[in-house]
Amino acid sequence: MRFRPTDDQRALREGVRALLGRRFDREALRAAVDRPGRLDRALWRELGAAGFFALRLPEADGGVGLGLPEAALVFEEAGRALLPGPLLATHLAAGEVPGAAEGETVVAAVDGGGLVEWLAGADVVRGDAAGAVPLDSVDPLTPLHTVPARGAADPVAILLTAAEQLGTATRACELAVQHARAREQFGRPVGAFQAIKHLCAEALVRVETARAAVYAAAVTGDPADIAAARLLADEAAVRGARDCLQVHGGMGFTWEADVHLLLKRAWVRTRRAGGGTESEELLARDLLAATDRQGACLR
Amino acid sequence: MDLSDSPEDAEFRARLREWLAKTLPALPPKPSPDDWPGRRAYDLGWQRTLYDAGYADVHWQASPGVRLIFLEETERAGAPYVGAGFVGLLHAGPTIAAEGTAEQRARWLPPVLRGEEVWCQGFSEPGAGSDLAALRTRAWRDGDHYVVSGSKIWTSHAEVADWCELLVRTDPRAPKHEGITWLAMRMDAPGVTVRPLRTLAGSTEFAEVFLDEVRVPVGNRVGAENDGWRVTMVTLSFERGTAFVGEVVACRRVLGELAARARRDGRWGDPALRRRLGRLNAEFRALWRLTQWNVSEAQAARGGVPGVGGSVFKLRYSQARQDLYDAAAEVLGDTALDLGHPWVRDRLSSLSYTIAAGTSQIQRDIVAERILGLPKGR
Ligand SMILES: Cc1cc2nc3c(=O)[nH]c(=O)nc-3n(C[C@H](O)[C@H](O)[C@H](O)COP(=O)(O)OP(=O)(O)OC[C@H]3O[C@@H](n4cnc5c(N)ncnc54)[C@H](O)[C@@H]3O)c2cc1C
Repeated sequence: MRFRPTDDQRALREGVRALLGRRFDREALRAAVDRPGRLDRALWRELGAAGFFALRLPEADGGVGLGLPEAALVFEEAGRALLPGPLLATHLAAGEVPGAAEGETVVAAVDGGGLVEWLAGADVVRGDAAGAVPLDSVDPLTPLHTVPARGAADPVAILLTAAEQLGTATRACELAVQHARAREQFGRPVGAFQAIKHLCAEALVRVETARAAVYAAAVTGDPADIAAARLLADEAAVRGARDCLQVHGGMGFTWEADVHLLLKRAWVRTRRAGGGTESEELLARDLLAATDRQGACLR
Repeated sequence: MDLSDSPEDAEFRARLREWLAKTLPALPPKPSPDDWPGRRAYDLGWQRTLYDAGYADVHWQASPGVRLIFLEETERAGAPYVGAGFVGLLHAGPTIAAEGTAEQRARWLPPVLRGEEVWCQGFSEPGAGSDLAALRTRAWRDGDHYVVSGSKIWTSHAEVADWCELLVRTDPRAPKHEGITWLAMRMDAPGVTVRPLRTLAGSTEFAEVFLDEVRVPVGNRVGAENDGWRVTMVTLSFERGTAFVGEVVACRRVLGELAARARRDGRWGDPALRRRLGRLNAEFRALWRLTQWNVSEAQAARGGVPGVGGSVFKLRYSQARQDLYDAAAEVLGDTALDLGHPWVRDRLSSLSYTIAAGTSQIQRDIVAERILGLPKGR
């Protein structure tokens, strides 16, 4: 057993982080907020060239030939940068929709929960989007439609969503800590006050617990592990962003601070693929199945 | 990232599983929770059984795979818990292994492994709990002995311990973190008085220990004189980092039993209860993964000594354990008020988890200051 990412996996993560740092920094993020609904096609192609979409496609089919653990690390970075666009749908379409793997085709998809992200901005829509109704999306970076829920949730979609949530949660924790160090009140950094310190500490605890769950689920691919990862990662992202907002005080409530962007995206992702309720039910069933398997004695 | 067993690990697992299946049915019945001499004998007997089978030092092994497999398999099979061996095996022993001299290791480690000697932890004092460095128990040199006077409190298993890992103040004039020394003290030395304290569960889990001019050989000092705080940090990192990991598996078993019980009682149709148990399943799965992560990290980065990641684990685990037994109370209904049910006792004892081994408030300070780098001061 060797849980840490390998050198290759770490290098992959660093590479994606560097690419996103260069091509999608804070300025780009804010620029994207100012032109809602429009994807940066050049960036999309760059992601394609870097193997973002073709990552799990076999080499024989022109892909990178890596697995779920690598995909999780890469999606974590996307979540950290708050990268917009139907990343997941396009990634899942690689090898099935021409041009998706290369980042030439932007793909949207109807997910099991009945939401469609980026319906109007995509070249191809997978699934039956008939009767889609636009929402006035709470997240300025994710246009949304809703359709009647249909289909079962795809575990890979759940896992990679959890990885994105993990990245966003990490970012929220980092922003909170940065602000807590810099902002002074009563003559010292607010991070010297235990109430603020403890908010930050709990945020990190949620992040690290979620990280262990997400990475493990990526390695085992087990549906119950994946469901657990999603619940922990949703919690880490949503609560992390809320606490980050609290740590920022009044500034946290403004459009100018990025905190709301983290929170809103985290909310959108909690609704994907059946939402947390479905995962809780799966994990409840798993308990009984495990008990039946082991014939555990009743006390 | 690889969570599968290596061929050697897989072989270890298979052999252990087979051995457990053969050995557990022959164990004597468990003593009652309040019978401490009985528990000592039982727990040491189990350790001796492990020793004879070659499993005694498994907690001290370099291979994280083997340690985790041992915890997983013994818990899954319902094997006895370390119990009275907790301090010796999980923090005093590892501290002596890391910080003691060759002579000290040879003196103290084999009896722990063979299940012959029980250790307790004499750190806390009435005036020094969270603020452990405020401890006042004094020790002064008299030839080749330290003479120790003062008192300790909340000392778990003190009644049945042979040895105590004891923190004393050897330089009262030094800054408070600098005048402390780590000693091994015999519990039957003249001048040691143990007065059991009753816990809220009605049991005598821990005790007050009074020390009246107790003579401790200088050779029982681990680390240098006045360097005890550093040694203490090693002890605490073992205590928080790895000492609780086996319990996570136990909690997962209890959770499965809760679900089975809810189904038997016709409560499974209640979606709120189901979802609550499902969420706890996520929690304990994640805690097990966090354990694997921490052990793997400690191995790779720190030669086996756990890092502050232990505080992250301890914060989350202590809360999750309380949530688990609150859920158990919901499943039990009126029976949740009956001390005769083991889950009710476990629920009471779970209340100590956010206090013992450093309170949650203190762990949050540690995480904030030592991991996140936030400024000191409150
Ligand atoms: C079941 C059990 C077994 C134990 N076994 C042992 C043992 O074997 N050996 C041993 O040495 N000790 C043992 N302990 C003692 C344990 O380590 C202490 O109880 C613990 O460190 C807290 O100290 P205290 O009880 O003095 O509480 P206090 O330190 O008085 O704390 C009281 C409250 O104030 C809070 N608080 C204190 N300081 C701060 C701060 N700076 N910031 C914010 N909040 C603060 C605490 O979190 C707590 O909520 C055991 C305790 C229990 C409950």
